Amino acid sequence: MKILVCISKAPDTTAKIAFTDGDTKFDENDVQFIVNPYDEWYALVRGLELREANGGTVTVLNVGGADSDPIIRKALAIGADDAVRIDAETTDALYVAKQIANYAKDEDFDMVLAGKETIDYNGSQVGGMIAELMSLPYVSLASKLEVNGSTATIEREIEGGVEVIEVNTPYVLSAAKGMAEARIPNMRGIMAARSKPLNVVSASEATVSTTVKGFTLPPAKSGCKYVDADNVQELVDLLHNEAKAI
Amino acid sequence: MSVLIYTDSNNGALTKNAFEAANYGAQLAQAAGTDAIAIVAGSASGLEALGNYGVSKVMHVADTNLDNFDPQKVAHVIAEAASQTGADTIIFAHDYTGKSVAPRLSAKLDAGLVSGAVALPNGNTVKKAVFSGKAFAEVEITTATKIISVLPNSVDKIDIGGSASVEAFSVELPSTGITVKEIKKESTELSLTEADIVVSAGRGLKGPENWGMIEDLAKALGAATACSRPVADIGWRPHHEHVGQTGLAIRPNLYIAAGISGAIQHLAGVNGSKVIVVINTDPEAPFFKAADYGIVGDAFEVVPKLVESVNKLKES
Repeated sequence: MKILVCISKAPDTTAKIAFTDGDTKFDENDVQFIVNPYDEWYALVRGLELREANGGTVTVLNVGGADSDPIIRKALAIGADDAVRIDAETTDALYVAKQIANYAKDEDFDMVLAGKETIDYNGSQVGGMIAELMSLPYVSLASKLEVNGSTATIEREIEGGVEVIEVNTPYVLSAAKGMAEARIPNMRGIMAARSKPLNVVSASEATVSTTVKGFTLPPAKSGCKYVDADNVQELVDLLHNEAKAI
Repeated sequence: MSVLIYTDSNNGALTKNAFEAANYGAQLAQAAGTDAIAIVAGSASGLEALGNYGVSKVMHVADTNLDNFDPQKVAHVIAEAASQTGADTIIFAHDYTGKSVAPRLSAKLDAGLVSGAVALPNGNTVKKAVFSGKAFAEVEITTATKIISVLPNSVDKIDIGGSASVEAFSVELPSTGITVKEIKKESTELSLTEADIVVSAGRGLKGPENWGMIEDLAKALGAATACSRPVADIGWRPHHEHVGQTGLAIRPNLYIAAGISGAIQHLAGVNGSKVIVVINTDPEAPFFKAADYGIVGDAFEVVPKLVESVNKLKES
């Protein structure tokens, strides 16, 4: 079983969100970068579980510069066998998907796993784009993946429930909560990660289709209006007459 | 030149998000002086209603092979409709279906996609939520064909009026490898992501046996129920109720949180709510900073009184 897991570099979930260069760039000062949680906790760990049960290899793939190497080593420490970094500046999702599809098309992966979205751009785009570029089936926001030979049974989230889907290899899947439990790398994993292969390949030619022009922060809340705990009726009146929410 | 809107249906009826997307597309078409055309895939009825949202024509591919989830087939249908109508802008809702289909279509047409738009475009630039709702980005689409998926409950409806003609549209479907085996609805209750009002509770409730009053409040308000992550993790509430960074992100008109302190990861899932009410015994709870209305008090006393007052209001 040959598994590809796409990982993205993202700011830590508690990072302060601020911008520089006239609000056109994310301020990376004092920000710790991590493996995007959906990629790591769900896609990567489920990939490792499947390898442990069925044999095979798990390759992690990142599109990015040398500044991605620490998070790639983290993924190797958690247990991936090897890593590929496509040396490119990440511009937009379609550009990244083209890089991944271009690399993956000759590698005969049984499945390509990614997280459901990154926690910075919240696009939910790359997985579906890879699938289309490779003409493969795509299951988005999957919360469960069971594999029996070349057939996978996948549960994906839908409005108010889940849908059970059957698909044959190869396929692309984006992983959501429920897929697996996060793993913490141990000392042996961290040591082993240092000598695992991290192959840097050059980017292929691809166009860019969207450009971020600038960022804004949401307007600050005007402040919380407090209502006395003994006067709950007043809250209902405010919600009805002032906020017009009920 | 026209605006094409993919309007999704579920069990034969258009979804709430579909109507929102339709109205967004119609507002865009009106501003550009062009037509808003909707495309519907699979068995569905009541499509004329799209006229009330500003759509002038509905193309309906009434093929039962499209009744079950298959983004590959749906993307193919939309691409055919786009080519037939000469659409240069294609609109989706940024929901479960939109997340499955819009990226495929983007790659298929080599068209730039902005997902999670929170406003109408300004020229070719679209505002979208980023950093889990903690900021917005202005993103320019630089390709000739543009795709935008709209974040649910984030763009106001504008009455455009008019009526829609429904036309059958036939597309030869590609063979694909996905089979839907079963659909499991977690509950028959209101879906969390579509609810206008959500009542949520956390560890402050002390145990799963105390959720009765939360359900009572939800019932009084016609609301869906949600919970914080710790509560889902220890099994007091089902996982599909968990809202926050790693759970569901929701944007209701009203979010009422009882006994939730408001960690940054929880806020990331609810900060798009229009009005936030926080009930907590701890006046220092960080959630109050994000709240519009707050009560410093014990949920066990406040919530039952709230149920009573809401019921009184509904009866009046």
